[in-house]
Amino acid sequence: MAKKKFIVGCFDTEDTLFPAVKKVRMAGYKLHDIYTPFPVHGLDHAMGLRETSLHTAGFIYGITGTTTALSCISWIFTKDWPLNIGGKPHFALPAWIPIMFELTVLFAAVGMVLTFCYLCQLAPFVKKHHFHARATDDLFVMVIEATEKTNEADTLAFLQANGAVETNVQIAEPGWWFGRYDKEQQLINESVVVAH
Amino acid sequence: MGAVKTQFEMPSKMKTWSLALIGIGAAAVILGLVTKGFSKDEHAVAEFWGTLMYNSIFFTLICNASMFFICVTTLAWGGWQTTFRRVPEAISSLVMVLGPITLGILLYVVFIGHNHHIYHWLDKDAVNADPILKGKEGFLNSGFYLVWTVLTIGLWMLLGARMRKLSSEADEKEMDAVEAKSYILKNTVSGALFLVWFALTVGSTVPWLWMMSIDAHWYSTMYSWYTFASSFVSGMSLIALFVIFLKNKGYLEYTNEEHLHDIGKFMFAFSVFWTYLWFSQYMLIWYANIPEETVYFKHRVQGPYKGIFFFNLIINFLCPLLILIKRSAKRNYTLVTFMAVLIIFGHWIDFYQMVMASISKEHVTLGWLDFGTAALFVGLIIFFTGKALAKKPLVPKYHPFLKESIIHHT
Repeated sequence: MAKKKFIVGCFDTEDTLFPAVKKVRMAGYKLHDIYTPFPVHGLDHAMGLRETSLHTAGFIYGITGTTTALSCISWIFTKDWPLNIGGKPHFALPAWIPIMFELTVLFAAVGMVLTFCYLCQLAPFVKKHHFHARATDDLFVMVIEATEKTNEADTLAFLQANGAVETNVQIAEPGWWFGRYDKEQQLINESVVVAH
Repeated sequence: MGAVKTQFEMPSKMKTWSLALIGIGAAAVILGLVTKGFSKDEHAVAEFWGTLMYNSIFFTLICNASMFFICVTTLAWGGWQTTFRRVPEAISSLVMVLGPITLGILLYVVFIGHNHHIYHWLDKDAVNADPILKGKEGFLNSGFYLVWTVLTIGLWMLLGARMRKLSSEADEKEMDAVEAKSYILKNTVSGALFLVWFALTVGSTVPWLWMMSIDAHWYSTMYSWYTFASSFVSGMSLIALFVIFLKNKGYLEYTNEEHLHDIGKFMFAFSVFWTYLWFSQYMLIWYANIPEETVYFKHRVQGPYKGIFFFNLIINFLCPLLILIKRSAKRNYTLVTFMAVLIIFGHWIDFYQMVMASISKEHVTLGWLDFGTAALFVGLIIFFTGKALAKKPLVPKYHPFLKESIIHHT
């Protein structure tokens, strides 16, 4: 995959980060991502990311689990190997419900974890580029993707003017499969931002 | 920002409608008293009092659930409910009205009616001839029933009133950090007292005593939690309905879909919790298949109550599960209103079958008397909640957690 050029600005606190995110989007820069030491409440909204569909996927995995359990057990206990257990009917639904429930949870949980890893491009032995090591400690690292229109010096100055304590330019591999990062990012809607 | 409307005034329409409901309900109850209550047929008498019993118990419990909600959130030091906290407070003040009514009905059944068609254990000869009932005599006797019922309802009223009185302090003056801390601590202690009593009553003994003992031989340790889950999920729905009503009237400016979302989560989660208890109780008895245990489900699953029994499961489990599961549904005022009405109706039906299927095993009695009695209680709830809401400002102005609640984000 092609390497790309990124302009990185590091911020001390959330208080300087949030206004900077707003300004960067207002100025029309292409925001690549923001790396924070902990989940920052409302940052996804400020960045204009869309709602995740992970829960919809979870629901589908869940009903898949329910169906798998029900069809599997009912086939085993009524067709394949009917057993008389305590005189209960072969189609003993109440007894199966705990298993159906467990499989629902199992499918939903495992499915969602794997989907989450896929979406975040996480997998064993995959090394991802760190824009700044302190992003895992105490620094909020904002990464802007440089396009052919981006003026490096201007962007660095812009970030510094908006409270970045450290800025630099990096060439890095943005993603490692299916080019998910190349997807068009939602452009900023000025009227919405002003209303906030 | 414009002026925030904090003083609720009861709209005349609300007054008219609630009084009309009370009128219709009272007429139905009086008619029931004449046709069934004074009947020579002892079963008709039992049906009449059973109907009053499950209605009064159900509506008292769902109003009391509001106080449970306040105390739980207080104890958890939750802040998000502060903007609309006065709504559950107003609903919980209904225990002052419905509590004595319930007390009167229950004590009438035990002491004046001596209705052994409802409470089999009231029949002294039957108890003496029956080793099982004899063994339960220490719990199931009219003396204990009297003491425990009076204590239960009395302390609900007392401890609830204490919490409401404490809440009024948040209207008076600005608190500094020390005062705010001691205010929260006072609330926490008070809430804890209520919760302990709540656990000893709704969480365990009272559903056994009031409702489970109708099937005097049968017992289920899950029964009380089942009753609690039923009343709590309907209680949350009731809170949702009043919050949405006030929003529609232009009050509760600080309460928005973030708060509604969390109320909706409670409605969703406790519907599932109710089902979990429903199923746990059913499955164990179904699996063991011991006659002394299956006696409770026999006429419910295979007898005349079959339809109601499974209908109950559909509206109290399937509907909330499938409809409220989506985030957007829990933030939609119309959908939450619809679900709240459905859940309250569903759990009312649940209480109906819990009580009446044991009193009238042979045929389903659901009819005008049930809906009439329910109308009476619904009318009372609307009328007195309206009155209680008008008594205090809708927003506790100086509550230490108010800001947290205003900026609440789910």
